[in-house]
Amino acid sequence: MKLWDLSGHRLRNLLDQGELSAQELVEAFLTRQQNTEPALHAFVTTTGPQALAAAKEIDNARARGEKPGALAGIPMALKDNICTAGIKTTCSSKMLANYVPPYDATVVKSLRQAGSILTGKTNMDEFAMGSSTENSAFYPTRNPWDTSRVPGGSSGGSAAAVAAGQAVFALGSDTGGSIRQPAAFCSIVGFKPSYGRVSRFGLVAFASSLDQIGCFTKDVTDCAAVLNVICGRDEFDPTSVSAPVPDYSKFIGREIKGLRIGLPREFLQEGIQPAVREAILQAAQTFENLGAVVEETSLPKMKYAPAVYYVIAPAEASSNLGRFDGVRYGFRVPTSDLDSLYKKTRSQGFGPEVRRRIMIGTYVLTADNYKNLYQRAQQVRTLIIEEFEQAFSRYDLLLTPTSPAVPFKLGEKMDDPLQMYLMDVCTIPANLAGLPAISIPAGFSAGLPVGMQLMAKPWAEGTLLQAAYSFEQATDYHQRRPAIASGGVVGE
Amino acid sequence: MNNNELETIIGLEVHVELSTESKAFCRCSTKFGAPPNTQVCPVCLGLPGGLPVLNKKALEYAILAGLALNCQIAPSSRFDRKNYFYPDMPNAYQISQADHPVARNGYIDVNVNGHTRRIRINRVHLEEDAGKMIHSGDDIVAASSSLVDLNRAGVPLIEIVSEPDIRSPEEARQYLTQLKTILEYIGVSDCKMEEGSLRCDANLSIRPRGSTELGVKTEIKNMNSFRAVFRGLSFEEKRQRRALLSGQRIRQETRHWDEAQGLTVGMRTKEEVDDYRYFPEPNLPPVVIDSGWIKKIKASLPELPSAKIRRFIDDYDLPGYDAEVLTSSRPLADFFDECVQLFPDPKAVSNWIMSEVLRLLNVEGKEIQATPLKPKHVAKLLQLMQTGTISGRIAKDVFEETFHHGRDPEQIVNERGLVQISDAAELDSLVTQVVAENPNAVEDYRQGKDKALAFLVGQVMKVTRGKANPQLVNKLLKEKL
Repeated sequence: MKLWDLSGHRLRNLLDQGELSAQELVEAFLTRQQNTEPALHAFVTTTGPQALAAAKEIDNARARGEKPGALAGIPMALKDNICTAGIKTTCSSKMLANYVPPYDATVVKSLRQAGSILTGKTNMDEFAMGSSTENSAFYPTRNPWDTSRVPGGSSGGSAAAVAAGQAVFALGSDTGGSIRQPAAFCSIVGFKPSYGRVSRFGLVAFASSLDQIGCFTKDVTDCAAVLNVICGRDEFDPTSVSAPVPDYSKFIGREIKGLRIGLPREFLQEGIQPAVREAILQAAQTFENLGAVVEETSLPKMKYAPAVYYVIAPAEASSNLGRFDGVRYGFRVPTSDLDSLYKKTRSQGFGPEVRRRIMIGTYVLTADNYKNLYQRAQQVRTLIIEEFEQAFSRYDLLLTPTSPAVPFKLGEKMDDPLQMYLMDVCTIPANLAGLPAISIPAGFSAGLPVGMQLMAKPWAEGTLLQAAYSFEQATDYHQRRPAIASGGVVGE
Repeated sequence: MNNNELETIIGLEVHVELSTESKAFCRCSTKFGAPPNTQVCPVCLGLPGGLPVLNKKALEYAILAGLALNCQIAPSSRFDRKNYFYPDMPNAYQISQADHPVARNGYIDVNVNGHTRRIRINRVHLEEDAGKMIHSGDDIVAASSSLVDLNRAGVPLIEIVSEPDIRSPEEARQYLTQLKTILEYIGVSDCKMEEGSLRCDANLSIRPRGSTELGVKTEIKNMNSFRAVFRGLSFEEKRQRRALLSGQRIRQETRHWDEAQGLTVGMRTKEEVDDYRYFPEPNLPPVVIDSGWIKKIKASLPELPSAKIRRFIDDYDLPGYDAEVLTSSRPLADFFDECVQLFPDPKAVSNWIMSEVLRLLNVEGKEIQATPLKPKHVAKLLQLMQTGTISGRIAKDVFEETFHHGRDPEQIVNERGLVQISDAAELDSLVTQVVAENPNAVEDYRQGKDKALAFLVGQVMKVTRGKANPQLVNKLLKEKL
């Protein structure tokens, strides 16, 4: 039995039945991590010794008869922009290469309380800016399905780790698609909750009005279990909401007869690879077969979403990243005066994509451009939100591709930022409107994963899980594992 | 054009630290004087991942200040980020309010040379303070190293911006004094300029009297006391007037008040204007203030200085000057009110407080609340005087003891045997003795020198160590002579 191939809920059963100890489980995942890491580079930091100690503690507690937490003994990985007390949190940047936070993010506290065990911090595009994990200051992460290709980004390390069985689940952050797109590229489940549903306290900010923490899992059932732990109001995050959190596992197995699903044609037009379009139309058929009512619709304002996003996100980023100034922590170029301390530290500490976005953001916020660029983008953002509201008065869900393309080769788009930015065209709208959205495996094209996205109105996470689970049960994509998962040494 | 045809225009921007227990956006203490960097957390240190959570008390204080300054409270206001790099600003932005402040359109009335002047207030907004820096040289440019203390970073501030309604440095001083009094009355700040909890920047320009356009202004910074504000503005006013009268132009710039040299110095001017790239703080939802809460806060407003002055004049029949002095601080006004409750002769109480109490407070450099003196002490003392138990002279001595040690005046009088001698028989022999011992003075008096009588009264007082009833002594002496 390959433990790393199993989903969290199955592993949990084995733990509960006493057929497996947390220590055995963690050891198995750490071994898997060691074996596959040279080919994947999914992690920036691994935490084997701490993980084993934590596993022992879980086993002891269980032996004492204590009620185990919801994720007791389950190995997890965290994107390296989520703060962990005493463990480096680098954002895959030279700027924070040696930064050790003094506190745990709220989600980390919740997961630790639930008994989940951290096996490492995962690689990412620097400060979550990118769609391929090639913008890591350390090394790119590779796609477990084809190591010559990217795993997507920016949470590429987390997606690769879960797909390759290096962790049962992982957390990522999603500002414009950074969870859903790599989930699609790695053929796993990626969930971005509604804005405000999961605390951002302890998430290193990229664009504060768009950022949301979410999770990667092997299947939808695991996704519900993780959401149950991380969702909810946090008094340390003023944008987190106090609306009650339902038990998401209750949505698993509910039938979807009569569910209204809109299929916006703008997400299936030019720029979408034929194989991707085909898979989505196929998925629509599957939903109809399951009793849902699928209808083609139009969301004409969505074409403005990338333009709006690439004004607002860099604007907020340029301000959020101001704190990395070499004064209090992180990278510093020693100089004799303050001005050059700032300039040299920030020029050398940030990579090219981060610098580019800081410059764009600084530009759009200057007094001369604020009105024409930033404020206008906010106005269009409002129009997009209104268009979604109208759509969700007719539909329970919207079905689209997650990414317009299957995973691309390393280096393929690095010289063309605009091409790279278009990788987020299907995922950006949900961030602009604060919607919950999920990406689940929807097929393969020449052995490369295709993901589909479902979006719902705010706080309708449950409906997403309900539909995604039904689809998952009707297909077998989620059961396939990349070749790397068959064990042994994997070459380049 | 001559100097009299020019008019000075001043607007003040006053920053006041709010005396909340915790900071504006985190739970760290705001206590002044703690060891450096001990009152900090991930939020106010600007660590990655920190998020601001608005301190409701800070908002309440800002609203309270707005109401006390006759402002309209915005039903919805918003926080913005003001972006700039400086080592005392850990996030590289200050959370402030740009376009949607908590309060707008207020005013305070200021008394200048007997005239009431209404100074309009443009806005009151809430923001966070920066940390403090200590340089190893004169400033950050000259220093070989600098230290940063972030205890103050994130302490809530309100900025109170006046309209350019102030016409002289003296008016500016009066405005500040009045503003400080009001803020102290409502208890939102201790307003200590020396500890930096009240800071004042000024804009000053000159224009031809009667003109409706404003002249080119300079901004004056680093005025760290009320006196400095007056001196700094006086200097700048003269400098600009002289320049204009000699045909020069005023350059728009920021000028630094040099307290030691007594002049303002232009700071290095940049070619471009500062661009703080303001934008709405995405982490803080808009602040929606419901009218019920505003009403509740309004109801909690104490009697403000202007109302108190009116009451002291109308109800206590005090002169305007007394009323103004007595209401200059809330503890003093409360002290006076309590004294009058116990000794219902407002003028007598006022006289005693205005002379003796304020004199001793001045000597000690203390505020009334920092002394052991209680209203009952003053009332008792005044009663002792009224009943003739002690003389006014003795009363002053007794009062010093009471003032310093908070002891009951009656007890002091009894202990020291200071009860006034009002027994004519007892005094009569002493008077006889003094007359006998001072033939020269007696002679002088008889020749019409009234001063000699005072001398003789003094001699009797000396013999009785001040206890003799002076009126009685006077009467007895006159009889004898």
